[in-house]
Amino acid sequence: MSSPLLMAQGLDVAIAGKTLVRGLDIAVNAGDSLAILGRNGSGKTTLLHTLAGLRPPAKGSIELCGKAYSAQGPRGAARLRGLLAQTQTDAFPASVLETALIGRHPHLGRWAWEGAADERIASDALAAVGLQGLESREVHTLSGGERQRLAIATLLTQQPLLYLLDEPLAHLDLAHQIAMLDLTLSYSAKGRVAFAIVMHDMNLALRYCRRALLLFGDGRWIEGTSEEVLTTESLSELYGHRLRELSDGESRYFLAA
Amino acid sequence: MSKRRRDLLILFLLALAALTSVAVSLAVGSLPLSASDLLGVITGADTGLASEVVGTLRLPRALAGFACGGLLALAGALMQVLLKNPLADPYVLGISGGASVGALAAMLFGLPLFVLHLGAFAGALITMLLVFGLAHGDGSWTQTRLLLTGVIVAAGCGALVALMLSVAPEHQLRGMLFWLMGDLSQATSPWPPLAVLALGLATVLPFARDLGMLARGELPAQALGVPVARLRLLIYALASIFTAVAVNIAGSIGFIGLIVPHLVRLAMRTSAGNDQRLLLPASVLAGGTLLVAADTLARNLIAPQQLPVGVLTALLGVPAFLYLLSRQPR
Repeated sequence: MSSPLLMAQGLDVAIAGKTLVRGLDIAVNAGDSLAILGRNGSGKTTLLHTLAGLRPPAKGSIELCGKAYSAQGPRGAARLRGLLAQTQTDAFPASVLETALIGRHPHLGRWAWEGAADERIASDALAAVGLQGLESREVHTLSGGERQRLAIATLLTQQPLLYLLDEPLAHLDLAHQIAMLDLTLSYSAKGRVAFAIVMHDMNLALRYCRRALLLFGDGRWIEGTSEEVLTTESLSELYGHRLRELSDGESRYFLAA
Repeated sequence: MSKRRRDLLILFLLALAALTSVAVSLAVGSLPLSASDLLGVITGADTGLASEVVGTLRLPRALAGFACGGLLALAGALMQVLLKNPLADPYVLGISGGASVGALAAMLFGLPLFVLHLGAFAGALITMLLVFGLAHGDGSWTQTRLLLTGVIVAAGCGALVALMLSVAPEHQLRGMLFWLMGDLSQATSPWPPLAVLALGLATVLPFARDLGMLARGELPAQALGVPVARLRLLIYALASIFTAVAVNIAGSIGFIGLIVPHLVRLAMRTSAGNDQRLLLPASVLAGGTLLVAADTLARNLIAPQQLPVGVLTALLGVPAFLYLLSRQPR
């Protein structure tokens, strides 16, 4: 495991002719946790999809576990990185367990059916996000927050090394937001997996993510440890709104001024 | 595992229903046959009129009906996945509209039957390429764009069909209407559609789990390692060909492609849900069974006069569908 899980070099991300991120160099190593912050439309989701290999970069290169996405192949890549999309769609009815089990797809052969081992992985994942006992519920009967936690469980069932999460805290109540972030901590603490998390709460970013990437939406970006990157100056500029910093002597907190 | 066993039981029951529907369609008609008569025909003990009627009339028609029903249901299930829209059916992208224009034009000019088939098939394929080419115009290929292009082309075909119906001479109208409503009386060679059905199922089944992913959305499917672009192209082409073959043989039989995948989904709800690995073969069996049963009724209800089978598929399917829907726990 010498090469980083994810490495981007000279990466340009553009959408509709506008370059949102220019010349991004970034490496995500096993055990890392990276918060991605920025205004609406600053390219967070587009960058995440690009890093997931789902859209080609405008410029630059991306390597997943030391190999380009084209060399990993779609199935190989799906065993290494997982993506939590911003919205979940359910065009057809399905149960909670069935939905969690789709995470096993890249691990199963063409003719293989999900076995008892796969179901155990899915059940464990559902328990990890507090959905135990809801296995046979219809997905469309879930609340917004429960649906979001099911999406996270599906991702846990996929068991990738690199977790790319697009606003995983959306729809979650306070307790579940903390539980979700504690979960990422306990996973990354084992030093095998890494997280890149798009989020809007800089206080949670400071508390739970070792590193932070700020996207200014005009091509500029800064990346570093959360401690040094998350300051009133940088965040005020990032959001275009003045922020104040409070401290209780132990931790720093940001408030909208 | 009990879930798997229940799934297989459902498939087995559907296969049994399919066999029963074919057997009944062989036995019923102007020359009624008893079970023992039928057994005699099948084992070859009977070489008289019964074997003649079954061998040259009823069996080809029943098998062709089964194949067409299966093809339409399979195409419908694939279109629903492709467009991620439960209301999609094999005709939504204009395939049957194109086939109808080709077939009716051939009828209008009094051309022979094989030209009619050729015309229908050519019409279907031209529509398929036209819709795909136009929807693909700027390189992107969204469901909405495909759906809109298909619906517009279908509307254009509908106008052409109406035009031809309004200028057609009186004595041709009945044949044209029967063709439009779907009619199996011209189906004499069951092997081509059966072969397409078997080949098609064999092509699709290896991708069944990928299709299930695709039905959940393009982005999550892609993130889970499904080669989305290639898969969509494959199912678009396959669904179009299935539809073209079925329409070519039996006319544009409505309803089966839309309703059968839903019927199966509702009936299997407790076990299989939206699992395409079961849904696709089950749709084939149920679609074939429904069409054979409907056709048996179509040629016997007010015999000797025959009804267009498309009317019967709807009359059978609607109550069955509504019953299953109302039975669903909310």
